[in-house]
Amino acid sequence: MTTTGFFIVAILALGFLITFQIAKASEYVSILKGEKKSFEQNNKINAFLMVVFLVLGLIGVWYCNKLLYKKTLLPYPSASEHGENIDTMLWITLIITGAVFIATQILLFWFAFKYQHNDKRKAYYYPHNNKLEVIWTTIPAIALCVLVGFGLFYWFRITGEAPKEAMQIEVTGKQFEWIFRYPGRDNTFGKKYFRLIDPGKLNQLGMLWSDTTLQGPSRPDHHDHTKMVSTSTELKADPAGFDDIIIQSKPMYLVKGQPVKLIINAQDVIHDVGLPHFRLKMDAVPGTPTTMWFTPKYTTEEMRQITGNPNFDYEIACDQMCGNGHYSMRGVIKVVTRDEFILWRAQQKPAYADFNPNAGGTAPAGDAQPADSVQAVSKVVK
Amino acid sequence: MANDSFHGHPEVVTTHEVHHDEHHVHHHKETFITKYVFSQDHKMIAKQFLITGMIWAIMGGLMSVLFRLQLGYPDQTFPWLEDILGRWARGGKISVENYYALVTMHGTVLVFFVLTGGLSGTFANLLIPLQIGARDMASPFLNMLSYWFFFGGSIVMLASLFIQTGPFSGGWTFYPPLSALGDASPGSKAGADYWIIGMALFIISSLLGGLNYIATILNMRTKGMSMSRLPLTCWALLFTAILGVLSFPVLLSGVLLVVFDRHAGTSFYLADIFVGGKALPNEGGSAILFQHLFWFLGHPEVYIIILPAMGLVSEIMAINCRKPIFGYMAMVGSLFAIAILAFLVWAHHMFVTGLNPFLGSVFVLLTLLIAVPSAIKVFNWLTTMWRGNIRFTPAMLFAVGFVSLFISGGLTGIWLGNSTLDIHLHDTYFVIAHFHIVMGVSAFFGMFAGIYHWFPKMYGRYMNNSLAYIHFWVTLVGAYLIFWPMHYQGLAGMPRRYFDYSQWLSFSQFSDLNKFISTVAMIVFAVQLLFVFNFFYSIFKGRRVTSTNPWHATTLEWTTPVRPGHGNWPGEIPEVHRWAYDYGKDGRDFIPQTEPVGPNESKHH
Repeated sequence: MTTTGFFIVAILALGFLITFQIAKASEYVSILKGEKKSFEQNNKINAFLMVVFLVLGLIGVWYCNKLLYKKTLLPYPSASEHGENIDTMLWITLIITGAVFIATQILLFWFAFKYQHNDKRKAYYYPHNNKLEVIWTTIPAIALCVLVGFGLFYWFRITGEAPKEAMQIEVTGKQFEWIFRYPGRDNTFGKKYFRLIDPGKLNQLGMLWSDTTLQGPSRPDHHDHTKMVSTSTELKADPAGFDDIIIQSKPMYLVKGQPVKLIINAQDVIHDVGLPHFRLKMDAVPGTPTTMWFTPKYTTEEMRQITGNPNFDYEIACDQMCGNGHYSMRGVIKVVTRDEFILWRAQQKPAYADFNPNAGGTAPAGDAQPADSVQAVSKVVK
Repeated sequence: MANDSFHGHPEVVTTHEVHHDEHHVHHHKETFITKYVFSQDHKMIAKQFLITGMIWAIMGGLMSVLFRLQLGYPDQTFPWLEDILGRWARGGKISVENYYALVTMHGTVLVFFVLTGGLSGTFANLLIPLQIGARDMASPFLNMLSYWFFFGGSIVMLASLFIQTGPFSGGWTFYPPLSALGDASPGSKAGADYWIIGMALFIISSLLGGLNYIATILNMRTKGMSMSRLPLTCWALLFTAILGVLSFPVLLSGVLLVVFDRHAGTSFYLADIFVGGKALPNEGGSAILFQHLFWFLGHPEVYIIILPAMGLVSEIMAINCRKPIFGYMAMVGSLFAIAILAFLVWAHHMFVTGLNPFLGSVFVLLTLLIAVPSAIKVFNWLTTMWRGNIRFTPAMLFAVGFVSLFISGGLTGIWLGNSTLDIHLHDTYFVIAHFHIVMGVSAFFGMFAGIYHWFPKMYGRYMNNSLAYIHFWVTLVGAYLIFWPMHYQGLAGMPRRYFDYSQWLSFSQFSDLNKFISTVAMIVFAVQLLFVFNFFYSIFKGRRVTSTNPWHATTLEWTTPVRPGHGNWPGEIPEVHRWAYDYGKDGRDFIPQTEPVGPNESKHH
């Protein structure tokens, strides 16, 4: 250990020792002074500190808000309509719980101070009062009904069916990155199967791009237990997947004002698509696809102006502990205008082309002219 | 009293007494082993739980200081860390896998080994027989086993810190597939097996203890101690034990299925997984199933932690306000309501797992319902203080602190229980702030209050008051300074369980705040060491207790000798004639439970 280390430990030990000696001395002093007197003194000090704590605490709450409010997401509008609902709900809840917080904390510490021990005061024998109990059962119950009512109203709005015109994007979480898939010009996702995942062959998602025979484990025959049966499965290539666009380690593009429905998967462990600026979140569960939809309200550019931060980007944060790289599982969303989106889409090559460069004409989207695909894409988008 | 019909059969009580009196007179020779190690005396077992819990609390707290060091100073190295921790901190920086190991073990240790084992184990053992008027637990032998299973679980959990692949590091909630797949994380290799074995032993301990507490409270109350005369501590501990007995087996079975998935090739929780460069054969499992099973325990678990604290605080409040607890029946009723609702709200931890939104809405309703009994309790505590004559003993200070923290943390529960807000706040620092305040720090406050208050009963000495005052004020202020600002981090969407936030545009603005929080955390931790020192020093050198009833309390534990032996009362077990809260009645400071109701006494509640 370094000398500074020793030094710090020594200082700490010394501090402990001094505190302890003073504490011990004060105990002797209290015996000398008489227990009653020292009790009364300590009681006064602690009762006084109760009010001090209350006052400084409330000032602290205000000061903390002053320092930190601007660092939260609340000074800026939410980037989705759902997020606006959530913000409204947040303010309603804050007003109700905030009022209760201030009232009860004031009562608590004020009572502590006001009713501190005093030889002249007799405690008031007051074991129960049913009327009071009824009052503070019903009032919280009513307040909570209000909160439940608003909460569920927004909840069903947010979790309801996505609009028909919603753009669909598949999001796949894996340790420790996000992969996005757009359905391509046929607007249909090609089938995939997790056993076909083969990063070496550039098939990150396990797309059914070619006819495959899957060799399963052999098992004893049902009828004749001495025989083994191999379980193989024939999988046909799914042409719908030939034009799917797969985006890896690059941003996901969304269109301002167009609803988007995310179909969320995971390949290994549970992840979570967290979108703080849109106020949304949904787990990515292996084996159980989940969905989430929303409508972006501001393009990334607009948000840069709103926040006054030229480097602003919408981020996807993994919100479910997924292993040692959890903290680095970052994705970026670019919200753009429809025209920009069409242009971006035109530049994307279907992933199948990389998987099977020789496929040529068999990949319907692979050889499309840029002009063609702009048109095609615009049909898909709207 | 109208509730006399409640109380136990007098004949049964007498037989118990006779039996135990016999026991007491011809006492077996106590050896060191039977008195201090394999003791069957509930008071000694309570001390064993307490001290084991304290050792765990120091380790769990130290873990948080270490990972806060990383969070506060992500770009610095501390060479002395390598001296202490070796390979855990190569080059003076805690590595990612060890950061996650620390976070996981901090949660596991504090939730289970300290705030469940340490808190319930200590106070249920100490107070139940003493307050209901029994010589010991229903089964002192099972009680002893309960401690030693706890100890065994502790050893296994502790051992996992030293294995080569490290302890489990996937979060205390142990979600599969992460916990089931060694390829997904080094901590999920042998560390996960150690975690499971340690927890299984812990659960056995908790069940043996819990059944004993329930049996003792229901069957072994002294003559006159009807259920409606029980001190609120015993009510709280009874509900705690019932919650534990009904919910811990569910966790055990849930975890057992993880064992099968890990080692027997089953697919309870596993489906469609590609990890470590290959596709696994498992299909058809549901990872979410585990979360249902886990939170079916996990949510009652937070009440297992907080109910004993509520009971201790209620008792300490009444004694030090010199007033009856306000609304005794409402306090019992709200404990009961909380215990019932505790089983009906588990899925509020799962609003963003893809749960059916309608199901989610039911859980919103039930979750927010819990706020009603919680509010009743808070208002009753406030009314107990109203027009009292308050003595600020260290225990009372911590009781007041408990109420303050319970309010602060409870109110943010109303935010998180509302699914709409949970979408945004789930798994952010807002959650960290919420549960650390409401069940972490406030349960600790209840525990501290209990330790300071019953220390004279445990050791026949007082703890040092000045150190206790310092301990209280620094901890209260520190707890708020640490956790209050975290709400703001949560409102910025900052996710929990991140090793480093510096690469994130949205979360890196809090680096100063993180530094501040880490610094305060270290100070608060140091002050807890002061408490530990005070505790151990006072066992041997504290001021001696001279009267049997130093706090002028009404309950039965203060009718025993200053240092009660095994069997608690040297003579007959006292008979009870009234409830536990006759403080300030008819102009008298307090009337012990053992005093018969006088002919001219005014009717109470």
